[in-house]
Amino acid sequence: MPEPKQPEKLIDDKGIRIDGRRLDQLRPIKLEVGILDKADGSAYIEQGKNKILVGVYGPREAHPKHIALPDRAVLRCRYRMAPFSVDERKNPAPSRREMELSKVIRESLESVVLTDLYPRTTIDVFIEVLQSDGGSRCAGITAASLALADAGIPMRELVAACAVGKIQGHIALDLSDAEDKYGEADLPVAWVPNANLVTLLQMDGILTTNEFEKGLTMALDACKTIHGMQQEALKKKYLVIKEVAEEREETEVVA
Amino acid sequence: MSFTPQLPPVAKLEQKTVVDLVANGKRIDDRTADSYRPLHIQVGLIEKANGSAQVSLGKSKVLVGIKIETGTPFPDTPDEGVLTVNAELGPLASPLFETGPPSEQAIELARVIDRGIRESKAVDMKSLVLLKGKKVQVVFVDIYILDHDGNLIDASSIAALAALASAKLLKAELKGDEVVYKPGLLPLPLNNHPVAITFAKVGKTIVVDPVLEEEQVMNARLTVTIEKNGNICAMQKGGLSGFTQDELKTVVRLAVQKAAENRAKILAAAKG
Repeated sequence: MPEPKQPEKLIDDKGIRIDGRRLDQLRPIKLEVGILDKADGSAYIEQGKNKILVGVYGPREAHPKHIALPDRAVLRCRYRMAPFSVDERKNPAPSRREMELSKVIRESLESVVLTDLYPRTTIDVFIEVLQSDGGSRCAGITAASLALADAGIPMRELVAACAVGKIQGHIALDLSDAEDKYGEADLPVAWVPNANLVTLLQMDGILTTNEFEKGLTMALDACKTIHGMQQEALKKKYLVIKEVAEEREETEVVA
Repeated sequence: MSFTPQLPPVAKLEQKTVVDLVANGKRIDDRTADSYRPLHIQVGLIEKANGSAQVSLGKSKVLVGIKIETGTPFPDTPDEGVLTVNAELGPLASPLFETGPPSEQAIELARVIDRGIRESKAVDMKSLVLLKGKKVQVVFVDIYILDHDGNLIDASSIAALAALASAKLLKAELKGDEVVYKPGLLPLPLNNHPVAITFAKVGKTIVVDPVLEEEQVMNARLTVTIEKNGNICAMQKGGLSGFTQDELKTVVRLAVQKAAENRAKILAAAKG
């Protein structure tokens, strides 16, 4: 697919962005839990044009055995972009970017998983970016923590993630592809709300220290909103199960 | 795939010692929380490289070599040269390092250094073009870790900047389709001087420039790269836990101060 042309302005005179959002507005987010059959846990997220599927397996026996740890489970993570997920086909071989993101995403999740309950095992998180639209590592983390919860893995809490950035001199929430590409800075953040810990923080571009502080506050506020959405998505799955069970009970009574 | 690394079996006693010391405002190597290890920078050790620098940060030792060669630009940036950063964590530097393809630690290290140089626009990429879209100069920054006693990111960042600031370019000119070199050397044009400063959170305390023992017991790590005007140009958090919002604010402001101190030392050493 041809790459879209660089927009003349990322923000118009009224402070509205190219996709019609305000500076502090998230893209529409859709979350679904438990959509894969074979995985122990799974989740799907759409955020803007991002479409990301996460599958979780485990705790299961560690392979190869030498990576097992005697006092805790090993958390394994793979962030991967499908060759068709971007404008120009991505080579399917793992890139250095994917290897780095797999590491920082794993590190963003480590502190919430109660790994010490399952020594000598692995818990595997597979993040597949089916379509990428800026902020995919954050959307991946949001979905990955839902998939871990769906797998029934004991966790302290859910991790929510969101990026902020700078476009045309303004701090803006949740950058889209074009805004990331033609903007001045990108600051992805993952947050563990109750522990009050930022577990993923990266930055590229140029920010003053004041802009950084403003951006961080904006990102954490968005993480709070996303955290609420995550809880709703988890509840929704069990409400559906409850309805099905109730229907069955009714038909059994009638029979 | 990235997985939870196995830490070397540091004796539990030593772990406790390191954490307790930091909690009491001391450190295993007698520094304060906000002091840096002694820094030694030597440039131009490798005559065959366009630029080189060896940095000792305490007992950590890093050698960076710059090679500049003619190549083709990326299709999306036909009017810019190319910058490539690579890191080797060779088995001579630490019992923790093995031979084989680059580890995720090596990839992360190279990418964090790359981000600092690239985002601050340190190398004047426009000046490296010989024929737009066809021939440009390619700057290879190769980071060689020689001895690992903690904080490889800062040591590599210092060495990379010192090597770039002292690097020399051949006078290349285009004659028809061929690149010809004229006698004489030019300095590699630099527009900015990014400096990375790394912090570790040990227990509840944050220390700057962690040594290996501190890295092995830290909860989390944060690198903040500051460009010459005191703005942030790259950041990277590592480690299994995280930082609070207030801790991040403090760390970033301290990084600005520390980076200015280190930058002065690096540029003085690069001048010779």
